[in-house]
Amino acid sequence: MFLTMEHLNKTYPGGKVAVEDFNLEIEKGEFICFIGTSGSGKTTTMRMINRMLSQTSGTIKLEGEDIGKLDPVKLRRKIGYVIQNIGLMPHMTIRDNITLVPKLLKWPQDKMNERAKEMIKLVELPEDYLDRYPSELSGGQQQRIGVVRALAANQDLVLMDEPFGALDPITREALQDLVKDLQERLGKTFVFVTHDMDEALKLSTRIVVMDGGKIMQVDTPDGILRHPANEFVENLIGKDRLIQARPSITTVGQVMLKNPISTTPGKSLTDALRLMHEKRVDSLLVTDEANILKGMIGIEDVDYNFNSATSVDDIMNRDIFYVQSNSLIRDTVERILKRGFKNIPVVDDQHRLVGIVTRATLVDIVYDALWGDEEEDEETNNIHHEADATAVSGKSQTGAEGGDQQ
Amino acid sequence: MITFLQTYGTQLLLKTWQHLYISAIALALGIIVAVPLGVLLTRTKSISGFVMAIASMLQTIPAMALLALMIPFFGIGAVPAIIALFIYSLLPILRNTYLGLEDVNPALIDAAKGMGMTAWQSIIKVELPMAAPVIMAGIRLSATYVIAWAALASYIGAGGLGDFIFNGLNLYRTDLILGGSIPVIILALIVDWLLGKLEAAVTPRTTQA
Repeated sequence: MFLTMEHLNKTYPGGKVAVEDFNLEIEKGEFICFIGTSGSGKTTTMRMINRMLSQTSGTIKLEGEDIGKLDPVKLRRKIGYVIQNIGLMPHMTIRDNITLVPKLLKWPQDKMNERAKEMIKLVELPEDYLDRYPSELSGGQQQRIGVVRALAANQDLVLMDEPFGALDPITREALQDLVKDLQERLGKTFVFVTHDMDEALKLSTRIVVMDGGKIMQVDTPDGILRHPANEFVENLIGKDRLIQARPSITTVGQVMLKNPISTTPGKSLTDALRLMHEKRVDSLLVTDEANILKGMIGIEDVDYNFNSATSVDDIMNRDIFYVQSNSLIRDTVERILKRGFKNIPVVDDQHRLVGIVTRATLVDIVYDALWGDEEEDEETNNIHHEADATAVSGKSQTGAEGGDQQ
Repeated sequence: MITFLQTYGTQLLLKTWQHLYISAIALALGIIVAVPLGVLLTRTKSISGFVMAIASMLQTIPAMALLALMIPFFGIGAVPAIIALFIYSLLPILRNTYLGLEDVNPALIDAAKGMGMTAWQSIIKVELPMAAPVIMAGIRLSATYVIAWAALASYIGAGGLGDFIFNGLNLYRTDLILGGSIPVIILALIVDWLLGKLEAAVTPRTTQA
């Protein structure tokens, strides 16, 4: 285990409990976000890792070594540190800022120069910026330097305390991408403090939700969204995100109508029209004998070509939009809505027709996401997600037969 | 003017030298004591108020009285004068050092510590450079005070340009009074100008141009 925190407690003089029985194990290469409201103890916990604060009790082990037994100065030189207010030294050039820790470690000058160049390339800033001073850079550029300064001495662990809080949304997003990329590419371990749930969901491999000095939940972003441990976590995530998260776990197969009306290419237009009339639909999916999806015909096609064409094969639209039954609603629903298709055939991995998604189905998805929650029993919340999905397709089937497909 | 210089020229040079010498030593001692003390006070905030109060109190003793007070302890001459002026130089330097350091952006100090600077490295590489303009302002103020008050040192036999002034007062000789005062003013201006240059040199650059 890369970093182990056991039974950490922190009580400030005066009796204020900042952190209570904090236990966490962090693997190498993880991106851990501590999230919580102000006063939740997230920053306090983070600052104990590089001994900026000392715990009242409990142990922290970095690569198996109790950090309480290490020289705090040496320890800090091994751990990258990025703070909200950037903290670049205004009286040092960007070069000197980047190589601040290497200099403390007494690296030779040419190695430091090389590292400075390497680092500024990493954050995609021109090399001649190395001779500038921090005040000559924009806030976003400064924090980019702040980020690589924490990596310049090959630190494996980087602590970040709301590093992007003061930046505008566009710059913040760019820096989040940068940091995420660095974590994935360089295999660094990050402990990142934030109060922004979007940021935590975007960056983390695991999120630690804290409140009142205690851990509320530790889970992956997906896990947090799908199974919030308690009301506090739910509120922190926010209703909006829970709604968005719901369709994200549902596959198209779970919500589609399972008995699409289909015909075969060899059928005559008369047969096709009769089938439409009988089933009260305005279009038919066309499949071959093996149920492989071939195309689609609409009532307009039949009407225009009734006298000139004879079989379905002559007039069917072969170039149609379809979706896989195992693809996630999250990825498809927006595409479907935007393109304005009425009916989308659903196929399995062998291109066999298995169902259809209609506009009515989409209505059900949106309806369920927005209001489905209110009908649910709190305790069976999680089990309901699956039950729900079936209910959705059930409802859709009845809804569509009298509705959209006609 | 020319006759004054002809008569007192060599004496004037000697007295100016004495004046400068007394002031410079007093100021140097003041810097050596007050700057580290100021740094120390920022680390031990609990006693900073107390120490600052004592320094302020010393400042309120009338210059003449303080010089006179030195005589029982150190006799007469340059030594008691230097000690008295040193005491005067303390407060402005001490206060500005303390305030200058207190005013350094705490984020920088946090970053310096968090990246693994020792307390000493943080003071030398970050805090003192950032506080340099404020500390230098205190030193310049002290320098002006010390040079002006060094004129009084002649009263306890320390020499310096005060000799001219006191003689002039005793003998009702305006030329002697002016001959002592004007060099004091010029000296103070030159020293302040030089310290201004020094201030610019020790104030760290924060831009390329």
